[in-house]
Parts: sequence; C-alpha cells; structure tokens
Amino acid sequence: MKNKHVNAIVVGAGAGGGIVAKELAVAGLSVVLFERGGWATYDDHNDDELISQRTTVLGNAFGPDDKRHRRVVVNSDGSTRIVLPSEGSYSNNAACVGSGTVSYGAMAWRFMEKDFTMKSTYGHVEGSTLDDWPINYFDLEPYYEKAEWEIGVSGESGANPFESHREKPYPMPPFAYNHSANILADAAKRLGYSPFPIPMLRNSVRYGGRPACYRMRSCVGFACPVNAKCGTHNTVIPTALDSGNCELRTHCQVAEIMLDEKGRATGVKYFDEKDKGQIQTADIVVVSAAAVETARLLLNSKSKLFPNGAGNNNDWVGRNLQGHAYTGAHGLMNDDVYDDVGPGATLAIADFNHDNPGIVGGGVLCNEFTAMPYLFSKMRPPGAKRWGPEHKEYQRSQFKKLIRLHGPFQEIPNFEARVTVDSEVKDHWGIPVARLSGSRHPYDPTGCQYMSERAEEILKEAGAYHTWQRVGGRGLSGGQHQAGTTRMGNDPKISVTNKFGQVHEIDNLFIADGSLCVTNGGFNPALTIMALGYWVGDYIVKNWNGSKFK
Amino acid sequence: METSRREFLRQLSLACGSVLFIPACAGYDSPWRFFSEKEARTVIAFAGQIIPADQDAGATDANVVNFIDKQLIGPYTRFQEEYRKGISAIENSAQKLFQKAFYELDRDNQTGFMEQMEAGKLPEEFWTEVNQRSFFNLVLDHSMQGFYGSPRHGGNKNYVSYKMMRLDYPHVLGQNRYESKCATAKLMEL
Ligand SMILES: Cc1cc2nc3c(=O)[nH]c(=O)nc-3n(C[C@H](O)[C@H](O)[C@H](O)COP(=O)(O)OP(=O)(O)OC[C@H]3O[C@@H](n4cnc5c(N)ncnc54)[C@H](O)[C@@H]3O)c2cc1C
Repeated sequence: MKNKHVNAIVVGAGAGGGIVAKELAVAGLSVVLFERGGWATYDDHNDDELISQRTTVLGNAFGPDDKRHRRVVVNSDGSTRIVLPSEGSYSNNAACVGSGTVSYGAMAWRFMEKDFTMKSTYGHVEGSTLDDWPINYFDLEPYYEKAEWEIGVSGESGANPFESHREKPYPMPPFAYNHSANILADAAKRLGYSPFPIPMLRNSVRYGGRPACYRMRSCVGFACPVNAKCGTHNTVIPTALDSGNCELRTHCQVAEIMLDEKGRATGVKYFDEKDKGQIQTADIVVVSAAAVETARLLLNSKSKLFPNGAGNNNDWVGRNLQGHAYTGAHGLMNDDVYDDVGPGATLAIADFNHDNPGIVGGGVLCNEFTAMPYLFSKMRPPGAKRWGPEHKEYQRSQFKKLIRLHGPFQEIPNFEARVTVDSEVKDHWGIPVARLSGSRHPYDPTGCQYMSERAEEILKEAGAYHTWQRVGGRGLSGGQHQAGTTRMGNDPKISVTNKFGQVHEIDNLFIADGSLCVTNGGFNPALTIMALGYWVGDYIVKNWNGSKFK
Repeated sequence: METSRREFLRQLSLACGSVLFIPACAGYDSPWRFFSEKEARTVIAFAGQIIPADQDAGATDANVVNFIDKQLIGPYTRFQEEYRKGISAIENSAQKLFQKAFYELDRDNQTGFMEQMEAGKLPEEFWTEVNQRSFFNLVLDHSMQGFYGSPRHGGNKNYVSYKMMRLDYPHVLGQNRYESKCATAKLMEL
C-alpha cells in the first residue's frame, strides 16, 4: 500500500529532529518522523559498561548495530579501513529515539557571543575555514531559552561571570557539587578563576512530570533508570506524538531524498523494519541525521540538477567535519576524592574560553564524569605499566584518588576534514556508506596545550601530588560532538544552507542538526543543536501557508 | 543446503567486516565454545599474568577466559583468526625458547616472555601472520574487559573487580555510604 502524502518528513529523531518534528506537528502540519533505531530503555542494558555509549567494545546499547552498519576511514597514509559502529573511529553518536540525548552526559551549554563570530574576533587562521555564523547569539537566545524550559535544565544563572546574556533564569536549581568539585572550586578560586555548577539537562527537582535525579555513578553513556535525564525522547517527541499530527516510524533507514526535475524535494526512499523499500512523499523534507549521516544522505541523493548530491553543486556538503578536541590533566590525591555521587561532573571553569592572549577560541574545563572500572584501566600516568601487579595495585588504590579536569576545545574547522560516500562499501541495505577523511587543523594541539596547562595548574593547587597532562587535538574529529558538514551561511558558494537551515537552491529541503554549526563552540553542543531545532522549526512554521511552503 | 551455507557465510563476513575465517571447531572434547582445551590454558595463563591474583582475585578467579571465549563466537567473531594464530605463535615461541608450553612456565618466565612480546622481541619466525605487539594489546584489552566489565558477559565473576576497587555492587542507591578521610578530618576539627 502506498504511504499517505504528508506535509513534512523529518529524518532522525535525535536532538535537532525531535524538536523540529514537535514544532511542526503542534503547528498543525502532518509529520512523519523517521528513526533508524528504536526506543531504548534502561532495562535493556542496565549499567553494563561494555556496551555503554562511553566504551562500546561489545556493541552500542543505543545503536547502531555492528551487523548492518559500517563506515570507511581513510588513514593518514591514504590507505582505508572498514570500521564498525562499536569501534572508536566509526565516530558514532547514537541511533535510537532521542539519539545521544538518551545516554548523554547532559551538560547544557549555551555558546558564547564570540562563538558565533570567530572570524571577526580572531581573523583568518591559515589553512582553516574559520568563519562567522550568519546568525548571532541574540538571534538564538530566545530559542536557547525555549530549549531550557521545554526540555529542562538545572543551573544557576549568573554563577558563570562569562555567561552570555540570558533573559530568563534556568527552570531548575543547580546540582550540588560532589566531593572533587568542592576541592577544585576552592583551588580555582585561590588562583583567581571563577568555578560554577555545570548546567545540566537533568532534573535537579521534579520537572516535566519526571522525578529528580538520584545521582547514579553510571549516567553518562547510559539511559536513566528513573527518567530524570531530559532528552527529546521524554519531552518533545511524546508531545509531537500526542498532538496527533506526528507519526514516528522507528527501525526505518532513509536511503535517499527524492528530487524532481525542478530541483524540489518530493519525499524520501527508505527501508522499513522488514527491509522493504518504501517511498514517503511530503511537501517539505527536514534532515536531522547528525553531521556524518546528514552529509551521507545528501551525497547519496543525486538528481539531474544535483549530480553530486543534494545541495552539493559547490562541493561543500560533508566538509568542515568538527567535533571537540578533549584536553586536560589528571592528578593523584592523597585522600579519596571519589564519593560515588553520580554522574561525577558538577563543576565548570569557563575562564579559558575566549579572551586569553594568543589563544584562538578556547574551551570549558569540567571535573570529569565517573569512569567505570574498565575505562579507568586505561587512565594511567605516562610510562606506567599497563598490566601485572602494578596495574592491579593502581586500579585498587588509585581509583578513588584520581582527580580529573578536562573539557572540549573549540576546533578550528578545515576544508579537508570531511565526509564523502564510499564508491564500493555498502551497508546492509546496499546504500553507499560514509567515508571519513582528513584530520584536525594543526592549530588545535596548541590551544589544547594551553588548556591542559591551566588544568594541571588547578589540580596542583588542589593538592594533587602527582599530575600529568592529557593533550588532545590530533587526528580526525567527529564523534559524539560531530558538527559542521552542511554549514549555514549567506554566501551559497561557501555554505550549504541559508541562515534558516534551508538548503540553497532547494526551497523545501531543510537541515536541523549539528551539521549546521559553522563552528562548534568551546562547549558540548546539544543545547545549541536544540536551539537550532527550534530556530529552523519556527521559520518553517512561519512560512507555511496552510497547505504548502511559501 | 549448500546455498544456505553460502548465504550464512556471506552474512557472517558482512557482519565481521573483514576477511572471513572459518574457525576450526573447538572439538567435542573441549569444554569451551571457541578455544581448544590447550588454547584455553594458554589464555588462562596469559590473562593470569595481566591481572594476577594477590590479596584480591585475579583474572583466573574472575573467569576472564570464559569472557573471551564467549565473545569470540559473538561480537568478537572478527578476532577468531588472530586468536587462533596468535595463540599458536605464543606456543611455538615458548617451545623454542623454553622447550615447554607457555602455561607450564613459572611466573617469572611467563612475565619475562610477555614483556618480550609487548616490545615485539619474540623470535620473528613465528610471527609472520600475526603481529606480536598487536596481539599482546588485543589480549590485554580483552582481559581488562573480562575482569572489569559486567558479569553478564561471562567474566568479572561475583563482581570481584568491583570489590577490589571498593565499588559497592549491587548499587543500592541512597544507601551506600562512604567515609572520606577529608570529611572525617574536617569533622574532627570541629
Ligand atoms: C555518551 C554521550 C555523552 C554526551 N554528552 C553530552 C553532553 O554532556 N552535552 C552535550 O551537549 N552533548 C553531549 N553529547 C552529544 C549529543 O548527544 C549530540 O551532540 C546530539 O545528540 C547531536 O544532535 P543531532 O541532532 O545533530 O544528531 P543526533 O541527536 O545524533 O540525531 C540523529 C538521529 O538521526 C538518526 N538517523 C541517522 N541517519 C538516519 C537515516 N538514514 N534514517 C533514519 N534515521 C537516521 C540517528 O539514528 C539519530 O537518532 C553526548 C553524546 C553521547 C553519545
């Protein structure tokens, strides 16, 4: 049977897609929301570290599976290898209703004003595609607010002196510091820095009909057993479904966006739960499949007017792949600092984000999420023995004494870090897979080094008797914070969409996910992606004339 | 029959994402899923030096070999070939150096052997198909997973590693109490 034509298709039920689907559905548009994964629940995997989204060695509890999905990675010497979703270099986020927002650490950052004007602030960086966004912080501010109140954020307005202007406070009070945060807060203050509680997409009190967090050690990388973590799966997606205007089709892999002779999107081709090829037509198509898969889907959608893929006539789709270069320092304390108050990360220091002499951008430092035992087995000072009695003694005596401060450094985008589609390797459905190539910009390790030095300095002040830096910024980026592959811009020659996420030259094709981000901020990206979801959704709704797109 | 087998192999190779290796059967007399009895002994000895028993349980007590054996016919099917060839290379190297099986060596000789392997210094003649350092790292990593991961995958028997790390399990939320030296010291000052 043929699928009934609808007003809008949204591909991907993650951070951006869940929000757009809800915005359109409550405004009265009929929507089909496609998701390649299913609903994920805590009971399916409980606190099993080896399939958690932090250490996926035995598979991804939140998808995608190793059987049907794969990617190709181009090594630095030009050779290629096939990687599975459970392997690190696959660059996975998740594949389930809510995507990363089910298992994320839930840090809820607004970018800073300068994050939207990186080029005018810092000038041209050689070998980079660093640029300003076509919108500024104040364009997005009301949409950040909407995300904070509709999805739910705990935090303390005004506690971060570097915070961008906000019209409204957070809807929930902040989380109390855990033990390591208390120690680090004192040390940071002594050094003249300004620590503050990390804003979290997690209930500190009952909110949205869901209970308060009870501080599990296994939080980041896992679903919440009591539903205290706020994602799109337990907020906007249920609202969209309740509106009666949105149908969620899980376990459906969208293969291609169909474009007609005039270059307009007419719908999508997809494989349903039983692997049957199907067609869904719509007036509008919104792609929210996350930076790697969004680029792949566009590149796999070839037509007469777009022989190199939808929106790709200027070869910008898939370019500027970014993530975050994690960097920081570790230290050992004489006394236990681990108090088993999950998820561990409660304190942030934003002094190193912008306005530091000689540093382009920067990033936030946070005390770290609890490492589960296997992950901890890899956390060693340089030169430490990895096995045998020394390994065991370290594991036994230092687990509760290790203190870590690290965070995401804002990467400098470059044109060659990119997603293309592989000409040979196909997935389970025969769709060409994403191919990842290039590497981070050579500036990144310099900025990371600066942040790691600051982190080490604070750890020392906090009393760590042995400290070492972990400096990030090399290799290819992407991963859980993947962004940038269909950047928005005013000039169609050097961007893929306009400032509303509308693909240049294809009026009824939109992007609403991390792919839009011109630069990725020195913070975890989910709240910004959510704000972009509201921003794009709002534009579509305002330009919808009741039966077709204006 | 033949086509369905071929189809099965095709899917398997797709699932592995690498060259297909048809495992030699563990044999009817082996209690293991993938390993032969002898191979398992090698792995037990090897993992037993990665995480040796002391006042706390080690890899052998945690049943790490059971974890690895189980994964090799599950998510780690793609490592079957490397294990089969790597274990045989360990055995051949030990025979050449000590005229004994690896698992029969004493502790010092086992760890000395493993240090050589970690540094890539075992006789090269046996390591033409498998890279000794990569294989060392693979078994090291899998041993850590088996010792520290959830018992539902066949290792970490009775949460022995959690016990060693003083992590309560099951986690009784709101009920686990920890005394930190700092907090106690602060209280004493009052
Ligand atoms: C363990 C972990 C911790 C994290 N911690 C934080 C944090 O503390 N703070 C923060 O800000 N961010 C965090 N993140 C990152 C955050 O989850 C992502 O930035 C965010 O979800 C990305 O949003 P998106 O809309 O771009 O894509 P996603 O949310 O990934 O959504 C994309 C969706 O599209 C689906 N899809 C893709 N292709 C297809 C297709 N062809 N057909 C059908 N469906 C498709 C995918 O299955 C997925 O569900 C974390 C992520 C993880 C995994």
